[in-house]
Amino acid sequence: MTHRVISESSEWTFPLLERYEKIIGGIAADYGLDTYANQIEIITAEQMMDAYSSVGMPIGYNHWSYGKQFLQVEQNYKRGQMGLAYEIVINSDPCIAYLMEENTTAMQALVIAHASYGHNSFFKGNYLFRTWTSADAIIDYLVFARNYVAECEERYGQEAVELLMDSCHALMNYGVDRYKRPSPLSIDEEQRRQREREEYLQFQINDLWRTVPTKDNPPTLESQRRFPTEPQENLLYFIEKNAPLLEPWQREIVRIVRKLAQYFYPQRQTQVMNEGWATFWHYTLLNELYDQGYVTDGFMIEFLQSHTSVVFQPTFDSPYYSGINPYALGFSMMSDIRRICEHPDNEDRYWFPDMAGSDWKQTLDFAMRNFKDESFIAQFLSPKVIRDFKLFTVLDDDTDEKLEISAIHDESGYRKVRQALADQYNLGSREPNIQVYNVDYRGDRSLTLQHAIYNRKPLSDSASEVLKHLHRLWGFTVRLETLDEQGHRELVAECP
Amino acid sequence: MPTLIDRRLDGKNKSAVNRQRFIRRFKNQLKKAVNEAMNGRSITDMDSGEKVSIPTRDISEPIFSHGQGGKREVVHPGNKEFVKGDRVARPRGGRGSGSGGGQASNSGSGEDEFVFQLSREEFLELFFEDLELPNLVKTQLAKANEFKAVRAGVSTAGIPPNIDVVRSLKSALARRIALSAPYASRLRGKQEELRKLLEEVEDEDDPRLVALREEITHLQARMRAVPFIDTIDLRYANRVLQPQPTTQAVMFCLMDVSGSMDKTRKDLAKRFFTLLYLFLQRNYERIDVVFIRHHTVAKEVDEEEFFYSRETGGTVVSSALIMMRDIIRDRYPVSSWNIYAAQASDGDNWHHDSPSCRDILMNQIMNLVRYFAYIEITPDRHQSLWEVYEEVKKAHPQFAMRQIDGPADIYPVFRDLFKRRTA
Repeated sequence: MTHRVISESSEWTFPLLERYEKIIGGIAADYGLDTYANQIEIITAEQMMDAYSSVGMPIGYNHWSYGKQFLQVEQNYKRGQMGLAYEIVINSDPCIAYLMEENTTAMQALVIAHASYGHNSFFKGNYLFRTWTSADAIIDYLVFARNYVAECEERYGQEAVELLMDSCHALMNYGVDRYKRPSPLSIDEEQRRQREREEYLQFQINDLWRTVPTKDNPPTLESQRRFPTEPQENLLYFIEKNAPLLEPWQREIVRIVRKLAQYFYPQRQTQVMNEGWATFWHYTLLNELYDQGYVTDGFMIEFLQSHTSVVFQPTFDSPYYSGINPYALGFSMMSDIRRICEHPDNEDRYWFPDMAGSDWKQTLDFAMRNFKDESFIAQFLSPKVIRDFKLFTVLDDDTDEKLEISAIHDESGYRKVRQALADQYNLGSREPNIQVYNVDYRGDRSLTLQHAIYNRKPLSDSASEVLKHLHRLWGFTVRLETLDEQGHRELVAECP
Repeated sequence: MPTLIDRRLDGKNKSAVNRQRFIRRFKNQLKKAVNEAMNGRSITDMDSGEKVSIPTRDISEPIFSHGQGGKREVVHPGNKEFVKGDRVARPRGGRGSGSGGGQASNSGSGEDEFVFQLSREEFLELFFEDLELPNLVKTQLAKANEFKAVRAGVSTAGIPPNIDVVRSLKSALARRIALSAPYASRLRGKQEELRKLLEEVEDEDDPRLVALREEITHLQARMRAVPFIDTIDLRYANRVLQPQPTTQAVMFCLMDVSGSMDKTRKDLAKRFFTLLYLFLQRNYERIDVVFIRHHTVAKEVDEEEFFYSRETGGTVVSSALIMMRDIIRDRYPVSSWNIYAAQASDGDNWHHDSPSCRDILMNQIMNLVRYFAYIEITPDRHQSLWEVYEEVKKAHPQFAMRQIDGPADIYPVFRDLFKRRTA
């Protein structure tokens, strides 16, 4: 058997990496993983820090906040407070994976399996990524964005662009369409349309704000009608299209930030699934590699050591605890789906009648393609995983001076825990629900946002700061109202 | 087929632009931090990078998020003893924001300062921002009067010590080949002729043979006559004089150590000197520092003694000035040294000495130095020295004087003294 061993040394070389990639790729194909072509790039630690601070993207426009992030990463790294990731992978076609040169051979094989086959197939298969991102166009779009921003800086001054960017970044999380499918990005299309937009947009805006009075309008009904007629969830989109005072180039920058937010939106919703899927596959692929005799015992020990530390879940009372580890949860759930398919017991047959005994590859593939964290957990979190993690829910009500343990890992608690955990990954309930409610377009042109309160959770103090940014974009008074669960409306902040 | 790309040779400083932007944007906060760092510790070890911290709230990027309060349900792992319906007290401090929120627990313990390392250059850049050595640029670029001989290829003229032997012999060889070439080809022809002739004729005295031999000897002689080396072959290493900006400075520290200068005053003076030194260091490759202390007599001392030994007695400032003048004359010719002087005093001087101070300065020192800075460390009203120095100041723009009172005054004074000349 040993004659098949690819390498024994911990020093990697390019031909070695190529062989590992080829063999891992062969095994992945046998398991039916469908991936984009792979592009593997070797980088140094410094370059990794660069990549960190640009949210993992290979190119980005310049902005001070990335510098801040870089300093933070550099500082933590130098002090030894954090290690760097072994790899960064980009949702693009071909799928780019950055590998650190410091990694040993085993680590490189691990990250090739993890990133180039795990994440890669997830990017290609998951419905959110398929719907919201265009892997083949993102790099082009980033280049376009970078150049456009640089051009604007040249033309209108760095400061003007930077202030605008600050404001857009503040609203970035509210620059996504949650339900509407965005149009795909393509570089030529984008450039052509950008020019067209510049020409027409201003015209349209001016039309909206036309102040020439038309006399045969009965003012009563009309003035009661709100604009927008329905609340708008995509704040940046609304601003791009309707802010009265923005220049065309400013609208374009708002659009760039919005597009990037939209691009990252699926990643924020599929942390557990994405990491769980990739971890499950590197584990499965490398074990298969071992079973087929391609790697040595030493390789496996190094791999398992690193794997177990990735999927380690500290308990809630541990000093290392910082929430649920998405790698651990995702890996356990993925592995458990396989177990339920292959070796179901009575409990599994009761909870998952469709899955028990089915083909695990198909079931897992189905789960990967059609869910996001929230629905994935709601659908697939099994009692066994809940027991393994000893999950429990804590009800924290500020009107009650004590916390209440509302459910634990027992028969009566499984559903409750599952529901609570799913809800915890629901971006909709994690982020405040804020929408554009009204524009007083016949009066002072003020913009009113509405915060629909859920479970009495208030906004943090930074809200008033965000309003200042919004005011910079809108140009006229902006207000923030809250709508509580009883339907009372209250003005909480106003700028200026 | 996968694509493997080695990116390690690509630039690693992709974030440099963003880093600079960050520093530029938070310049005010950073400068405050730099100034605080300066006050907080001994100035002598300021010549390194600095870890600065700025309040996180100043650089935070606000977003809409939930604050504390309301009702929330959070899932945690690792249950040990809880059962449904248990009621537990809210955890306080340490871990968590009180809500038991998993996401918040790490940040809850409060990192409210953003700390990072400025490099030495960035630190000093902020520290000395928009300060500039007066008249420095002018001196360095326009009035450079030092020269240095640098190699500049070869030339055909020069002095014997500069002969480039290898190049000279190379051109001699070339010349010899060129000059003897016509004889050489004719010689080859004649020798061939001779060989053929020798096959035809037996008679050694055949006239054709004799003539041919004579001609060959003649040609060989002509070839030998080409000189082995000639004057036109000689090549000389060429050196040209390049104007050399003066990159060395000497800084004179003059201080009154009479009984009235107490520890705190000396400390202030020390800071002033150190700052001047740091600033000069940024502009000159080499800096000599001369410490002259004085009471009634002046003495050149080392740094230790300068700052830490105590004397008593009266004060004669001119003694130090005379000593400085002498040292300049003996050791620091103006043509190769930029001379700076900083004097610290509490303003006391023997009354009759002040006019002579003025005369020495105006007539003998001011035309030698780039800059003369005088600080008077006293909260009191000025005495005779200040008055005569004001006359000096009127006459010489490179003379600066200032009164300081406490540590807080140092930095502004310093900035003011060296502020960028816009003219």
